[in-house]
Amino acid sequence: MANGQSNSNGVYLDFERPIIDIEKKIAELEEYSARRGIDFSNEINQLKGSLEGAMTEIFANLTSWQRVQMARHPHRPLTSHYLNLLIHDFLPIQGDRIFHEDGAIVCGFGKLEERKVMVIGHRKGRNPQENIKCQYGSAHPEGYRKAMRAMRMAEKFKLPILTFIDTPGAYPGIGAEERGIALAIAESIKLMSSLRVPIICTVIGEGGSGGAIGIGVGDVLLMLQNAYYSVILPEGCSAILWKDGGSNQEASEALKLTAKDVERFGICDEIVPEPIGGAHRDHKQTVQTLKDAIVRRLVELEDKPLDELLEARYEKLRSIGEFSESSK
Amino acid sequence: MGWENFKRITFRRKKEVPGGLWLKCKGCGNLVYKKKVEEKQHVCPECQYHFTLSASERIKNMLDKGSFKEMHTHLTPTDPLQFKGSKTYKDRLERAQKNTGMKDAGIVGTGNLESRPVAFGITDSRFLMGSMGSVVGEKLARITEHATANRLPLIIVSGSGGGARMDEGMLSLYQMAKTCAALERHDQAGLLYISILTNPVMGGAFASYASVGDINIAEPKAIIGFTGPRVIEQTIRRELPAGFQTSEFLLEHGMIDMIVSRENLKSEIAKILEYCAN
Repeated sequence: MANGQSNSNGVYLDFERPIIDIEKKIAELEEYSARRGIDFSNEINQLKGSLEGAMTEIFANLTSWQRVQMARHPHRPLTSHYLNLLIHDFLPIQGDRIFHEDGAIVCGFGKLEERKVMVIGHRKGRNPQENIKCQYGSAHPEGYRKAMRAMRMAEKFKLPILTFIDTPGAYPGIGAEERGIALAIAESIKLMSSLRVPIICTVIGEGGSGGAIGIGVGDVLLMLQNAYYSVILPEGCSAILWKDGGSNQEASEALKLTAKDVERFGICDEIVPEPIGGAHRDHKQTVQTLKDAIVRRLVELEDKPLDELLEARYEKLRSIGEFSESSK
Repeated sequence: MGWENFKRITFRRKKEVPGGLWLKCKGCGNLVYKKKVEEKQHVCPECQYHFTLSASERIKNMLDKGSFKEMHTHLTPTDPLQFKGSKTYKDRLERAQKNTGMKDAGIVGTGNLESRPVAFGITDSRFLMGSMGSVVGEKLARITEHATANRLPLIIVSGSGGGARMDEGMLSLYQMAKTCAALERHDQAGLLYISILTNPVMGGAFASYASVGDINIAEPKAIIGFTGPRVIEQTIRRELPAGFQTSEFLLEHGMIDMIVSRENLKSEIAKILEYCAN
């Protein structure tokens, strides 16, 4: 393994298989050579060469659907990893003060280097127990209402806001509808459009529709290289488009949901590169690259007078969309 | 009702009913006299079922005669994703345009409502389920900005069962942010926004401009919600309660201020305008 923390329990995607196979061989040879004291460095170097070749080949040309799978990779760094590795002195804000503490969205004060910030992110779990608590990152209205509490507090104490987006969508359930999931998302979007503090949103994994944009409006939108952001999940899209159970592959292509696509639409401002092989192969490097991008953007935003910042935010949102307008 | 009624209906259809004079009500299943339905703004005289109303008919009913001035009529949708499912977006657009005579699902403009000037926007559910793509989002944002600049109350009537339009992908999703951002400025300027929800409003339309009115009003028995009922059923693996995601459900759960039948809509809005003129 590249850093010993990925794929450690043997979970990998189909298209990662050639890499996993070569890595296994390298590990075996290394172990054998250490045990028997025989020098296999030539063979190992050769294998490492073919590993690099395989990695470049596979990851340079990922299809849209493969990127969706990368964004959902079981070892991909989650909001909790960014909270640990990017933020220090995290202090949680909990509860919407109305109904419930929603585990699917985490909020709190934290420090990014010496800067005080407000952090808001979707929370996914690594195992079934964790995922019961956080519903696989699918938030109820309470999650967005808690997020709004955190946002208002950030405004009050003049803290920039960092959001980490990683959700398959808002929770599809009776309770969510009863308690106004649509209203909670709409209010959150509306609030974020005018908050008087800098806001940087990052799609770190899945950008699932309304559930994502509910904490996705700000001055800058970053996307990790293999994150996706879509108006509807590819599975949902393919069910609508091809009633006989169409392909997620085709739906993913049609939706134009990769970071590159979203950047082309003027929605994503910057694509943050992932280590070769994906974010899951090196959490630390991923976090470091994102950290550099966030700090650089934050410095720019903090330099702007507030009114200018808000005007630029509004103009960016206003400019999104493509249509023709001729008086013919 | 029941079997006897059914017999009467079939009999009539066979012997007496010249084509196009009668309508079958989707609410009660009765055959109702078309003219009578039209007189009642397309509401069933038997069961109060609200038939789908085109945007232009709606404007005629809600605004003072001849007062509506349409704006931004030249906005036309393009196909930024070159979107293609079993049908192409281009074909779907052309077909909807041909069927409705509209360029896209939204109409905006200004007019008077019981002599009070208002800014007005509407989405027509007959055009790709009234879904919001770039044109609908842009038009709603522009009319909202016009209302803010001219200190007008804003009324948006939504019939947007299609939510954010899939065929325009992320561009559609961010129309949610665009419309909400414009509404936020209108709000901060101390102006009134009334959202009228008609059958149906779902997904990204409900989760943006359509739900953030100072006053939210729904027509009776409209289907309004966020996630489609089938998706919810598949997720929770049980049947949904009767009346789920209807106007009545929303009223009960505190998401709307009132349910108003179509015939009273204009006068109810006029009452609100009187209180909230600014």
